[in-house]
Amino acid sequence: MTAAGPPALEAVDVTRSYPLDGVEVQALRGVSLTIAQGDYVAVVGPSGSGKSTLMHLLGALDKPTSGVLRVAGRDVAELGDDELAQVRNATIGFVFQAFQLLARTSAVDNVGMPLVYRGVRRSERRARAKAALERVGMAHRLDHTPNQLSGGEQQRVAIARALVGDPEVLLADEPTGNLDTKTGDDVMALLEDLNATGVAVVLVTHDLEVAARARRQIRVRDGLLE
Amino acid sequence: MRLAEAWRVAVTALRANRLRSLLTMLGVIIGVASVVVLIAIGTGAQREVEAQVEGLGSNLVLVVPGQLELGSAPSRSPLDLDDAEDVGRAVGQPGRVAVTLAGGETVRFGARSSFATVNGTNAAVPDVFSRAVARGEYFRDSDVDTRRRVAVLGSSLVRDLFDGADPLGRQVTIGGVRFRVIGVFEEVGSAFGVDSDRDVHIPVTAAQRLFSDDRVDALAIKAPTADSTGRVSDEALAALADAYPDQEFSAVTQDQILGTLGRILGLLTSVLAAIAAISLVVGGVGVSNIMLVSVRERTREIGLRKAVGARQRDVLLQFLLEAVLLTSLGGVIGIALGVGGSLALTTVVDQVPAVITWWSPALAFGVSAAVGLFFGVVPARRAGRLDPVVALRQE
Ligand SMILES: Nc1ncnc2c1ncn2[C@@H]1O[C@H](COP(=O)(O)OP(=O)(O)OP(=O)(O)O)[C@@H](O)[C@H]1O
Ligand SMILES: [Mg+2]
Repeated sequence: MTAAGPPALEAVDVTRSYPLDGVEVQALRGVSLTIAQGDYVAVVGPSGSGKSTLMHLLGALDKPTSGVLRVAGRDVAELGDDELAQVRNATIGFVFQAFQLLARTSAVDNVGMPLVYRGVRRSERRARAKAALERVGMAHRLDHTPNQLSGGEQQRVAIARALVGDPEVLLADEPTGNLDTKTGDDVMALLEDLNATGVAVVLVTHDLEVAARARRQIRVRDGLLE
Repeated sequence: MRLAEAWRVAVTALRANRLRSLLTMLGVIIGVASVVVLIAIGTGAQREVEAQVEGLGSNLVLVVPGQLELGSAPSRSPLDLDDAEDVGRAVGQPGRVAVTLAGGETVRFGARSSFATVNGTNAAVPDVFSRAVARGEYFRDSDVDTRRRVAVLGSSLVRDLFDGADPLGRQVTIGGVRFRVIGVFEEVGSAFGVDSDRDVHIPVTAAQRLFSDDRVDALAIKAPTADSTGRVSDEALAALADAYPDQEFSAVTQDQILGTLGRILGLLTSVLAAIAAISLVVGGVGVSNIMLVSVRERTREIGLRKAVGARQRDVLLQFLLEAVLLTSLGGVIGIALGVGGSLALTTVVDQVPAVITWWSPALAFGVSAAVGLFFGVVPARRAGRLDPVVALRQE
């Protein structure tokens, strides 16, 4: 089911630079790539090469300095802040290295949060969040808050949050970076299961074994693809 | 749904920092409470003054020498008893012109003594001022003509001097001169520390002798109807202008006194309430400050919410709601304290008549919510505009 239909994400000669003390720091210097629907891509490269910058762009969290970036067929340059938020909400699931869960908030409420901004009623949010937590094997921890969960469990909750809105693409920036090998493997298995259901998965990793499991590998170095 | 979620998040955030929320609300609480109390006192004072002025009698016209302006020098009265009679005839109300000549004197009965306001008056007083005599009687015109040394005492004074004994027919000394008590006034109560129940009325002729004076301070005329007070004022002034071409007189009706006093007290109340409202503004600045801190603390939360699809206005609404909730809650607490404080003032310190009107708590609540809205806008906008990538990177 790859390559069927229009690509989920498409970058054409994308650059991203940050002004820093009057100097332009070029994090990405012209990147072109396509993520097809149902794709499974690993992004690798040394620290500081621009991987996270690329992921933020692909996830419509950020806009390129130049070049064209299409998310779900829409050019992000033409979208306002709020429209961008809607695109993220509808098509992207993001998994962060640092989990980024709300403290003092139960797992089920953390997972249901993206649905708030889709206007879903509370009871339905809860039901769908519960189903998402079941998919990641966390059905027994619905009302635990993040600090009552292990690192691996927190990352599962974060993945459940990423998939609760049925995204086309799941972007994961070093999802196993803070986990030991065993729990890291579990999380990878989970992402692969999701990919098997047709969700495109793009993940950043330093672990070459993990990268080798992907269908494709993209190497980033100094803001360019190799 | 988004509103419900914003509400839930705001309540949770305020609960998570209970002490801080309370301290933040303190400015609003104090501001609202003092506005409520001051308006209650001001309103109470206004009502009290109205009751006092209306209690003087009906259709009253007061005539005094000089100008009736605040700050104008008091002028010595040229009026005497004959003028009172002339004015009564001129306005068509003979016998309905009361005179007063007042002074402070010590009143003694046996070993007891008390300082009192001694009013030299004539027989028209009970009619003109609606001052009722509870026991005994008021003096007559013949008593005034013959300068009889008789006195009618206020109820508090009787209580002080006679300690339950029957005062009628007893001799008291006023400024060293013996007077016989022939009547006791009905109790009228006191306001603002002025106790009308400590008055002594004696025939004006006796008072003139006592104070070594042959004039009277002022005249009070009872007009036949409320509508005729203006005409009576004009005619009285015209009569006096004939008698004293070089002297200025002023006539003032009850309505004018009420209007003037009402305006002064109203202005005083507004000024006090406005001063108290400044603390509301200070409270609002505090809220703004804490909300900015809150936005900073929760930068990552905001970044995350935006990353998963929150729009600017979703985040803005959430923080605005939090600020409004904070100040409204402070407003409610302040209103409770203000109403409680006003009631305590009236019951504990009964010299302060506080009256709670329905609109002052409503206004206070509205203003405190508006303060939250106004001072919450800047922090909430800042929150709404945060760049999710930058926000998520923050530690
Ligand atoms: N907001 C910013 N302002 C200035 N420079 C930035 C900013 N964000 C990123 N950079 C720079 O852009 C380059 C790429 O950063 P990026 O975070 O994409 O690297 P990375 O490949 O994800 O590294 P790591 O593997 O360590 O996470 C770095 O040199 C970084 O210093
Ligand atoms: Mg990175």
